[in-house]
Amino acid sequence: MTLGSTSVIAGIGIDKHYGAFQVLHGVDFSANKGEAVGIVGPNGAGKTTLFGVLAGSTAPSAGVITYQYTDITATNAAQRCHAGIARTHQVPRPFLGMTVFENLLTAATNGAGLTGYEAEAFAVRALIQTGMSPLANRPAAALGLLDRKRLELARALATAPKVLLLDEIGGGLTEGELHQLVTLIAQLKDDGLTIVWIEHILHALLKVIDRLVCMSEGRVIAQGHPKDVMSDDEVMKAYLGSELEVAL
Amino acid sequence: MKISSQVNTEGFSTEHWYQVGRPALMVGGLLFLVLATVPFWGSGLVVDKLTTLFVYILLAVMWNLLAGYAGLVSVGQQAFLGLGGYFALRLVDIGMSPYPAFIVGALICALVALVISVFALRLKEGEFAIAMWVTAEVIRILVMFDPIVQGETGTSLLAMNQYAPELRRNINFWFGLLVVAGMLGLVLWLVNSRIGAAAQAIRDDEEAAKSIGIRVMRVKQIIFVVAAFGCALAGSLWLASSVTFQPRTYFGVQWTVFMLFMVLVGGLKTFEGPILGAIVFFLLQEFFGDYGAWYLAGLGVTAILFALYAPNGIWGEWQNRKGVRFLPTGVTLTLKNKE
Ligand SMILES: Nc1ncnc2c1ncn2[C@@H]1O[C@H](COP(=O)(O)OP(=O)(O)OP(=O)(O)O)[C@@H](O)[C@H]1O
Ligand SMILES: [Mg+2]
Repeated sequence: MTLGSTSVIAGIGIDKHYGAFQVLHGVDFSANKGEAVGIVGPNGAGKTTLFGVLAGSTAPSAGVITYQYTDITATNAAQRCHAGIARTHQVPRPFLGMTVFENLLTAATNGAGLTGYEAEAFAVRALIQTGMSPLANRPAAALGLLDRKRLELARALATAPKVLLLDEIGGGLTEGELHQLVTLIAQLKDDGLTIVWIEHILHALLKVIDRLVCMSEGRVIAQGHPKDVMSDDEVMKAYLGSELEVAL
Repeated sequence: MKISSQVNTEGFSTEHWYQVGRPALMVGGLLFLVLATVPFWGSGLVVDKLTTLFVYILLAVMWNLLAGYAGLVSVGQQAFLGLGGYFALRLVDIGMSPYPAFIVGALICALVALVISVFALRLKEGEFAIAMWVTAEVIRILVMFDPIVQGETGTSLLAMNQYAPELRRNINFWFGLLVVAGMLGLVLWLVNSRIGAAAQAIRDDEEAAKSIGIRVMRVKQIIFVVAAFGCALAGSLWLASSVTFQPRTYFGVQWTVFMLFMVLVGGLKTFEGPILGAIVFFLLQEFFGDYGAWYLAGLGVTAILFALYAPNGIWGEWQNRKGVRFLPTGVTLTLKNKE
C-alpha cells in the first residue's frame, strides 16, 4: 500500500461500473500534502466520477480510498467533509432557496463545525476570497452560471477543507478572471491545502500544479511532470491532437 | 468584482430574523394576550370556533415545516393526529388526567415517529409520500384492534365530563392557545436554527447538502419528529373539544387534503402563509363543510391549481409583489469596509 502511505488522499484500484458499463478501470490516484495535482482527459474519461468516489458521493465498485493514512472507503460524504475533503460540482448545485451568504454560512456551520460569530466570520472570509461580497445577499437562484460556479468554490472553502477537489471551475472565465482564480488557488496551496483540479484550460492549470494526471476511458494513462505528460504518446493519441494542442 | 487573496474579515455585521421580525413578533405576542382574554368576553360559540381554528393552524404549520422547509412531502400525517388522540385515550384509561395525557401522549407519538423515521426517511420522495399514507392506514387498523376503541364504532373520552361544559370549553381554548403559541415559537426558532438551515439545504439539493457535511438523516429525523409531535397535539386538541374518537375520522386521508390546501393556498415555505391558509380553510369549512365529497374534491383541486399557478400561495405572492418580509428566515450581511 505504498500509495496510501505517502499521500494525504488516495484511491487505490478504483473500479466503478453502472450496470454493464464500466466507467473506472483500476484507477490509482493520490495527492501528497500541500501538492497541487491537475487532472485532464477527454470528455467522459471518468474524472468527475473519480471525484465522486474520493468525496464519498459515489460508491466505488472495487478499491480502497485512504485519507491521512486511514481507510475511509466505508465513510459517507458528510463524514469526509468533516474530515477535511471538500469538492465543487462540475454542474453547480447551489441551495437555491438561500442567499449566497446563507449558502456559505450553512457550509461553515455544518462542514467546518463553527457556530455564531466564528461561523459568520468564516463565511465572510470565503465570500471575500472568491470576490463574491457584492453578491452576498443575492438569492442563489438569481445567479448566472459563472457566479454559481464561483459559489461552488466559496462554499467548499467555507467548510474549512484540507483537501480541495475542484471540478472545472475555470471554464467560461475571462483571462482576467482566470488569472485571479489561479492566484487564489496558488494562495490556498501556499496555505497548505492539497488541491486536485480537473480543468480543460491547460495554461491556467500549469501555473499552479506540481503534477499532471491524464485520464482516458476510465484509466490513468499518464502522470508526472506536466511537460512529460503532455508530450506522452498515449496522451497525444487520447486527445487526437485536438483540445490539448489548442490549449498549448 | 475581484478574487482577493488578502482577506480581512473585520468590519461586517449581520441581521438576523429576530431583529428583522421584531415588530411582527410583538404583534404576535399582543395577539396572544388578546386571544387569552376571549373566554372572558366572547361567546361560547366563538371560543369553540377558535379552538377548532387552532387545530387547523397546528396542522398547517406542521405540514409546512415538513414539506416547505425540509422538502418531505407526506400524505400520511393523519397517522400522528390519530395516534395523538389514541394515546391520550389510553393514558386516561390507565388513570392519567386528560390534559397531562394530551402532552404525554404527544411525546409518545414523537417516539413512534422516531421509529417510523428510520424506515420512511430512507425512501425516495414519491415512495416516502405513499409509505406515510400506508403507515397511517396500518396504524388505524392496529388501533381498531384495541378493545377500548371498539373497532369502527370508536369511543369517547368520558373523563372530559368531570369538567363542567363551560369550564371545559375554556380550558380547551387556553390549552389550544398555549399549544399553538408554543409550537409556532418552536417552529420559528427551528427553521432559523442550524438544523433549519440544514433542512432547507437538503430540500434544495440533498447531494450538495451531504457534500458540505450535513448529516442528512439526522436533520430529517428531527424535523419529522417535531412535525409528528405537533400533529399529535392537534389530535389531542381535537379529541378534547369533540370528546369522541372514531378511527376513520381521526386517521382519515381528508386531513391530508386539508393540510395540502391550507399550506399551498396560504403559502408554502413562508412562516405566515400556512396560518393564513388555516384561516381561509376555517372560513370555507363554516360555509361548505357539510357538502361532503364534492367539497373535498374542490379543496384538492384548488390546492393543485395553486401549486401549479401560484406556487408561493396567497401570502408568498403578496410578499413578493410588495417586496416585504415580516418573519424572514436567514441572515442578511452588511460589509462595512467595501473595497
Ligand atoms: N450515474 C451514471 N450512470 C451511468 N453512467 C454514468 C453516470 N455518471 C457518469 N456516467 C458515465 O461515466 C462516464 C464518465 O463520466 P464522468 O462524468 O466521470 O466523465 P468526465 O471525465 O468528468 O467528463 P467531462 O470532461 O465531460 O466532465 C461517462 O461516459 C458518463 O456518461
Ligand atoms: Mg466531469
